[in-house]
This record gives sequence, structure tokens and C-alpha cells, in this order.
Amino acid sequence: MYTLLTGPFFYLSLGVCIIGMIVRFYRYFTGLSWQLDRVAYKAWPAMGFKGAVRSIYKWLIPYGTYSWRSQPVMAAAFFGFHIGAVCVPLFLTAHNIILKEKLGISWFTLSPSVADVLTWTAVVSLFFLILRRLVLPEVRILTDKKDWGILLITLAPFITGLLARYQVGDYSFWLTAHVLTGEIVLLAIPFTKLSHVFLFFASRAQLGMDFGIKRGGIRGTKMAW
Amino acid sequence: MPEGTLCNKKPVETAEGITTLLADQSGKKYYEEMKKLEVDSDLLWKTIQNTCKSRIRTWLEICAHCGMCADSCFLYLVNGKDPKQVPAYKIQSTLGEIIKRKGKVDNAFMLHTMEVAWSQCTCCNRCGTYCPHGIDTGIMFGYLRGLCYQQGFVPWEMKIGAGMHRVYNAQMDITSEDYVDTFQWMVEESEEEYPGLEVPVDVEGADIMYTVNAREAKHYPEDLAEAAILFHIAGESWTIPSKGWELTSLAMFAGDWAACKMQVQSVYDAMDRLKPKRMVGTECGHAHRATVVEGPYWAGRPDGRPPVESIHYIEWLAEALRTGKLKIDPAKRIKEPCTLQDSCNYVRNHGLREVAREIISYIVEPGYFIEMTPNKEHNFCCGGGGGFNGIGLFRKQRNVGLKCKRDQILATGAKLVIAPCHNCWDAIRDLEEEFEIGIRWSFLKPLIIKMLIVPEHLRPVDEDIEEDMDEDEEE
Ligand code: SF4
Ligand code: SF4
Ligand code: SF4
Repeated sequence: MYTLLTGPFFYLSLGVCIIGMIVRFYRYFTGLSWQLDRVAYKAWPAMGFKGAVRSIYKWLIPYGTYSWRSQPVMAAAFFGFHIGAVCVPLFLTAHNIILKEKLGISWFTLSPSVADVLTWTAVVSLFFLILRRLVLPEVRILTDKKDWGILLITLAPFITGLLARYQVGDYSFWLTAHVLTGEIVLLAIPFTKLSHVFLFFASRAQLGMDFGIKRGGIRGTKMAW
Repeated sequence: MPEGTLCNKKPVETAEGITTLLADQSGKKYYEEMKKLEVDSDLLWKTIQNTCKSRIRTWLEICAHCGMCADSCFLYLVNGKDPKQVPAYKIQSTLGEIIKRKGKVDNAFMLHTMEVAWSQCTCCNRCGTYCPHGIDTGIMFGYLRGLCYQQGFVPWEMKIGAGMHRVYNAQMDITSEDYVDTFQWMVEESEEEYPGLEVPVDVEGADIMYTVNAREAKHYPEDLAEAAILFHIAGESWTIPSKGWELTSLAMFAGDWAACKMQVQSVYDAMDRLKPKRMVGTECGHAHRATVVEGPYWAGRPDGRPPVESIHYIEWLAEALRTGKLKIDPAKRIKEPCTLQDSCNYVRNHGLREVAREIISYIVEPGYFIEMTPNKEHNFCCGGGGGFNGIGLFRKQRNVGLKCKRDQILATGAKLVIAPCHNCWDAIRDLEEEFEIGIRWSFLKPLIIKMLIVPEHLRPVDEDIEEDMDEDEEE
């Protein structure tokens, strides 16, 4: 099982994720229409580019926007989870060893203690986000079954990873479960709401171009996100 | 397919059609007929397939259901934080559902959708700036209104408004002749006080082509005179077009995209005909948005710009004050607590946040201007935008919507609210009527005229009048 998962299934899930997202990106941007969206993308490329970059990076900075600042607790949970969810899978030493072995590439790695902190922060934050979804009426009304599914898929590799990390019970079982759940995430990305890990950048770029070209950009005003 | 005689899928395209609709008091029969109006699901789905592309589809798909947009919507806040007023919920349960069901929705669903689209969103676009994914629900509601309009599910006043644009190229039944006559007559009224005052009609190659809101011609003609006076004193070379003078677009509120195009094209045609250096539009928010910001796209202009540089009235005013074309008598500046209503349509949606403040710096005695919180591009809608002010059926909801602005104004302690936008001006007038908080509200033109230094050569020669004016100054 383990060899299957770290062998063909690994390549398959990674391939599906990458190719799937390339296709989705391509379809997103070719599906933009200057006349329907009412944004002259092509006529003002430099303004559009600047607007897009601002609209993305402002939102990537914790408390960098009015919105983040107006909901400080949510922002803490959001960044607490997302920083871990991006950094740990990419920069964990163990993951890099596998990458080196399978694809011949590896990069910067996190020290084990930093990785622990990030992982725990992510898990605690995710539980907070779940709690928020259960408690706040304005979030509850939006929540559907799919949202719970996504949360489950996202949580699973963290939990199995931690169980393996602390060798609770059968290490090799948890390790196998961890690889499996991680690959399920990769497979789910292009086909579910998890596509936001890439489409976030597309959507933010689009609105950034809208503001950069049309709403204010034309008057030299930078939107105070 | 059951369609009413008044309520149907056909746009109003004749003067008689408008009269017939208007004769139906408050749209009583119109709304009765709407209850039986059939949904053309095939048309609905085909339209969606042709016009709902990756931007909106992705918005609907990746919405994280996080609810961060909730607090950004003033209608959510003033309705006791009703979860049904969360922007994401409002759009997912209407447009999202229509798409999910591939257009197969029934009459009751469309009636509900119409109510949400026109009474639970003013298309102020504030939520779009608070969503981490950059999901602009206001834009989607604008789109949804188009779908509703096509199916005939549109508030009575909006149907009439769009029809007016189709028939008169104006939001009201004012013909070219009526318009020019009114303008000329108003100018004549002020001529004694401002010798040489005139309204140049259809002059080619002027520096400024001035466009207005039809309401000014119909209900507030003094606004036309004030515009003429200010251009006159500033020594501008200006003109009004006899055709293509209407800046506004109720068609935009109605979601009648074809009428939007016809309307804005009439203004662009006037630009092509008269070849002015610039167009200046009156103190109106949605009108600026319609003609200057969105209009170029309706008209199919790939650069997204009107044929000639087009600016809002506050941009012209700020420039005239900055360059000294208009001079303010410092003794006459505003000396009472006052605040400013930032119009979503040209502040959040066209970046004019500093321009209005520059004007304030010239006309308000330092220390008397108090900002609303929040302000600039984060300001809340006045409560009556997107057509909300004008829809009788949703008057109750609109009045609730005004509470947000009421509380914002009360928190400033201001006695005077400067509102350089027709819609905002109306909403603030209505909120004073409704809640009696003891405020006054004003456009910029009348305020400026009161504090202007009129150059010697433009003053009336009659000595009596001059003496009167001196006395005024001493008061
Ligand atoms: S803030 Fe954005 S992502 Fe979150 S619920 Fe609202 S629209 Fe959806
Ligand atoms: S556009 Fe304005 S009124 Fe409409 S949902 Fe968003 S914040 Fe509310
Ligand atoms: S009426 Fe004024 S405040 Fe309200 S939406 Fe329109 S521009 Fe904004």
C-alpha cells in the first residue's frame, strides 16, 4: 500500500493537481471578457498589472487590509491556518526528502521545532474556524455539506501527520494514512472549492485590474484595500 | 405564454406605453400581473450561458462561505444582523440558485429574486472590498438585475425609468426643446444679478460640454441656473448639447442593458457632434458612473473611456478653486459643524476621494469639517442607492436602510451634510423627514455661489444692488 501510494499514486495526484490547475487558470483568464466584465484589460496592461499585484499582496499581509483589521480574531485564525497549510507541506524536511527522491528537487526546509509550531497553530486555527462555522449565524447560514467535506479533507493530513509525528499507536499505519489523505487533497484541489489555493490569485488579480484600470486607477487613485 | 398587458417581458418603447404604465397607480395592476408572469427558463439559461463567464462563475464557486462580507453590508447591519442579509447568502440564494437549476425556476422564485435584487442590495460594492477573494456581490446583483429585467420581473418605477430612456433619452419625459427652454428661462431669471449670463447651446469646440440630471430640468431648475452662474464667473467656454444632455441612467438600475447603451450613446454622439475639449457632468453619482465609468463598455469602446475626457462636477469645481478661476470670500466660509457624504459611485468606484476634500478645504472654516466614520472608499451607502430611493414597493425596507447613514451623521454632530450626489441628497432629505435629526443637506453649487467673490466686471452696474450686496457682506 505504502509503495503504491508513494509510487504511481503520488505522481498521479501531483500531476492531476498541477495540470488541473493549469487548465483552470487558462480557462479563467481566457474566460474574462473586457465588455462583459467592463474592464479594459488589454487597453491598459500596465495599470492592470499594478492593480492586480497590489490587490494580491495587500491581502497576503496579515492585517494588511481594512477587512482583516476589522475582524482581528478571524484574521488571526485565517493566517494561523493558512501559513501552516502552505509552509508545512512545502517545506517540511520529510516532504523534501520525498521530493528529492521522487522528482530530484528539494528546497528550503523548516527546522523541526518551527514545523511543530506551524502545524499546531494551523490545527488549532482550523478548529477555531470550525467552531466559528458552528456558532456564528452569519457563517452558519452560508455553510453547506460541501464546506464540511472540504474541512474534513483539509484536516485529515494534519491529524494523521501529527499522529505519525508523535508515533501514537501504529506509526506505519498513520504514515500511510497521512500520505493517502495528503494525496486526496492534491486530487481535490482542481475539482472543488480547494481550487481557491490558486484561483484566489486569479480572482484577486481580476478585481485588482478592475480597480487599477477602471474604478479609481484612471484617476491615479490607489484603492485603500 | 401568459404575459400581462402592463407587466411583461417587452421593454417600453413608446410614449403611450409610458403613459399607460404611469396611469396604473403605484403599479397595482402591474404587480398583480407579475404574479402570473411566466418564466422563460430556456431564455434565462441561454442568456446565462452567453453572459455569465469565468469571473462571476468563479466568484460563485470559490466563495469560502466565510461570512467576512457580512459586516461590510449596511443592510445587514441595519436589519439586526439578519443572516439573510449577508451578501454571500443573498447572491448565492438567488443568482447562485438560478445557475444551479439551469434557469428552471418558477414565478415565486423570480418574485423573491426581484425583491432581493432591488431591496436587499444597492449595488454599492462595499462588500467586494471586504471579501478576501475579491468577490464583488454588488457587481453580481447588477448582473442579476439584467436577468430579472429580461424576464419582466422588475419594479414598476424601474420599468418606467428604463422606458423613459428609450423614448426620451432621459430619465423623465423631457424633450430637447423642453430642456433647452428650461435652461434658457432659468438663466434669464438670473441675468439681472449676473449681467451677461447666458447658456450657450450646441456650440462646437467649447472647452466644456455640460450634462445634467433630468430631475434638474423638471424639479430643481435652479440647479441649472447655478451651473450657468458658476461657469460664467469662472470664465469658462462652455455649452450644453440640445440632444444627449442627460447624464443619468435609470436603465442601469433597471438592468436594461440595451437602454443603457442607447442612453449613453446619445451623450457620446453629442460629444462627436460638438467636439468639446471635455465633458463636465452635474453633481450626481450614479450618472457619473453610468456615463463615464460603465458607459464606454456598454457603447463598446475597447479603451473603456468616453470619446472625450469626462469629469465629475466636483473635479471641475476643485480645479476652478485651485486655479483661482473661482474665488471664495474667506469670511463667508461655512462656520458650522458639517460633514460630507462620499458617493459610492464616484468615490469607491471611481477614486475621487481626495477631490471632494480639496473643495472642503476651500469652503469650510478650519475646524468645522468632521469626517464620517467610515469614510472615503469605505463609506457606507446613503441607504437609497441603486434605485432603492425610487421604488414604492420597497419604501419600508428603504427607510430601514437609511438608519445606517442617520447614525453615521449623528455621530459626527454635523448640522450640515454636503451631498454632491442626487441620490445621496434624496436619501439624506428623506432620512431627515423620517427621523427628524435636525440636519440640513446641500449640493455644492448653492453653497459655493453664496461665498463667491464675483469679479468687478461681472457685477451688476446698478448701484442699489451693489449697496445691497455690501450690506449682505456685513451681516
Ligand atoms: S467574504 Fe467573500 S468568500 Fe467570504 S462569504 Fe463573503 S463573498 Fe464568500
Ligand atoms: S453591494 Fe452593498 S448593498 Fe449590496 S450586498 Fe454588497 S454591501 Fe450590501
Ligand atoms: S446613492 Fe449615493 S451613497 Fe447610495 S449607492 Fe448611490 S452613490 Fe452610493
